Amino acid sequence: MVDATILNDRPDRVAVAAQWQLIWWAFKRHKLAMAALVVTVAMYIVAIFPGFFAINDPILQNARSTFHPPQSIHFLDTTNGFSFGPYYYGMKLTRDPNTLAAIFVEDTNTKIPIQFFGRGYTYSVLGLFETDIHLIATTDNTKPLYLFGADRLGRDVYSRTVQGAQISLSIGLVGVFLSLLLGIVLGGISGYYGGRIDFVMQRVIDFVLSLPTIPIWLALAAALPQGWPAALQYMMITIILSFTGWAQLARVVRGRFLSLRTEEFVAAARLDGVSEGRIIFRHMLPSFSSHIIASMTLAVPAMILAETSLSFLGLGLQPPTVSWGVLLREAQNIRSIATAPWLFMPGLAVVVAVMALNLFGDGLRDAADPYNK
Amino acid sequence: MLKFIIKRLLWMIPSLFAVSFLAFVLIQLPPGDFVTTYIATLASSNEVVDQNTAAALRERFGLDQSMLVQYLKWIWGILSRGDFGISFEWQQPVSGLIWERMALTLVLALASLIATWAIALPIGVYSAVKKYSIGDYAFTAFTFFGLSIPSFLLALVLMYIAAVEFGADVGGLFSPEYETAPWSIAKTLDLLSRLWLPVAILAVSSTASLIRVMRANMLDELPKPYVTTARAKGLSEFRLLIKYPLRIALNPFISTIAWLLPNLISGSVVVAIVLNLPTAAPLLLQALMAQDMYLAGAFVLLICALTLIGSLISDILLALVDPRIRLE
Repeated sequence: MVDATILNDRPDRVAVAAQWQLIWWAFKRHKLAMAALVVTVAMYIVAIFPGFFAINDPILQNARSTFHPPQSIHFLDTTNGFSFGPYYYGMKLTRDPNTLAAIFVEDTNTKIPIQFFGRGYTYSVLGLFETDIHLIATTDNTKPLYLFGADRLGRDVYSRTVQGAQISLSIGLVGVFLSLLLGIVLGGISGYYGGRIDFVMQRVIDFVLSLPTIPIWLALAAALPQGWPAALQYMMITIILSFTGWAQLARVVRGRFLSLRTEEFVAAARLDGVSEGRIIFRHMLPSFSSHIIASMTLAVPAMILAETSLSFLGLGLQPPTVSWGVLLREAQNIRSIATAPWLFMPGLAVVVAVMALNLFGDGLRDAADPYNK
Repeated sequence: MLKFIIKRLLWMIPSLFAVSFLAFVLIQLPPGDFVTTYIATLASSNEVVDQNTAAALRERFGLDQSMLVQYLKWIWGILSRGDFGISFEWQQPVSGLIWERMALTLVLALASLIATWAIALPIGVYSAVKKYSIGDYAFTAFTFFGLSIPSFLLALVLMYIAAVEFGADVGGLFSPEYETAPWSIAKTLDLLSRLWLPVAILAVSSTASLIRVMRANMLDELPKPYVTTARAKGLSEFRLLIKYPLRIALNPFISTIAWLLPNLISGSVVVAIVLNLPTAAPLLLQALMAQDMYLAGAFVLLICALTLIGSLISDILLALVDPRIRLE
């Protein structure tokens, strides 16, 4: 598993390398997983500072830009000589004389330059302080830039997708953390003590795993009162998602505990009179923590998909909370997606995030496995 | 073998009871009961229900008793008479509403399961035999894509393409003229002509994981000495694959039915709601929204029971195929 060059050039380094160092070396060889890691980190950075990456206020409605099509940023200007500098064209709103439907036409005469680190709407960074500096800002506030177009209320789909990343990506992490707590406690007890407790726990895990999750989530989510504040709703949805997610992790933890229980180093620790808690946390847990982290990484995308599906069906998070699933509700009927196919853009964000997390988790699992060639 | 099957069958009894209790508790969870929702609906259309009528309604549906009594009454009705209670919203017995929809749910799940197998098996074997070939990479890319796209999104995109490019309406399982018609050969053919889309959507996400399993299993078996021996004997490569490593690699394949089925049914719920299929899911969602307790409970119970039966079948099949399990 260790990088061949390191193995050949510096065998002394491999011999003394910490476990995490070995995993990192193995992981680095996996090109696709490395790319996935970069994408994942980038997405989480966006999720931490969505306001900075957004262009327009995600909740601002604009009646004049209903179903405004996406615009593109141009970098090279050849109309008037030759000049660099990002800009976009303004859009002219005309109406179809017969149906009165809005038609947006690109107006190549109005050129609006883009400013990096310019000023836009005011937002709060993690609730700590407020600022109005954005990565991309327009220089003409009367003609906003819609990178992914606008929805039926004229809200900027790009900025909403960026804002939704915060909820959608964090719900995966929090949900997995909760299921991990449950999984480690229940799976740990089951695997460490074995015997009758293990038997009962195994049946419970089998039972939970054989249940179809979505109908149960639906029923649980339908039980939530509609009027709850967003934060409470968020907590409840994560709890609901981890309610069934823990079983898979518990099974992994149990398997590891069972196989480690009979290892010599555990017997040695026990003979030394080490307390049970210390055996579990000091001796056993470190030897499979890498495996658990890999399983966790693979559970995050499943959580993200689950939240998206629930919110899409209208039983998860509710507007005005912005998550990818909530945004996709706009794309629910065939008529609105036929007029505005760009409403699928939050879906693309889901696919990219989930794929990156899956590839990253897959690479991590391979790297963390000491028996992998 | 018989002992194993009997033991496994006996295990079904507590599981089914647990599922039925779970379904009942889930449906009882929302604050208020059906009558509260009913009154709220009436109030929104400016009709007022007085306290006496509400109390009479509660008594008629047994809502004033404790939950355990309600549960026992409900489960007894199901076991003794196949009576799932009354749907408040539809004002008719639940059993009249669910069976056709459950049957279509089962048809959809089974068709998806077969499609998943039919696609995943050859691709998994191919990917393992031609490891690191262009085809293998292409299929790997496909599997990661299939794992990453939510099924409802795939359904929406396909619906969009069908509507915009071909002007076709792909929602539903029947053409309008057959929707209410009694069952006939023509109706069945109509069903088959429309079933492929939801089946394909469901198969994409489940094949993805199954291909990974199949490929990994085959890769474990291929370097083993018995394969070399068979090759040395002069067996053709195809015959060799089918006869030895495939049979062993298939083993964990069967055990995957147990978790594939819950996944398929879960996925079919969302897809059915998006495509508006006449399966259990859209009615379940509607019942949950309206707190139509007995209807939603019957669906949750039957859907869960379906997956439990699926895992039972998979366990028995596995025991038939693998002597190590039945002799344990």
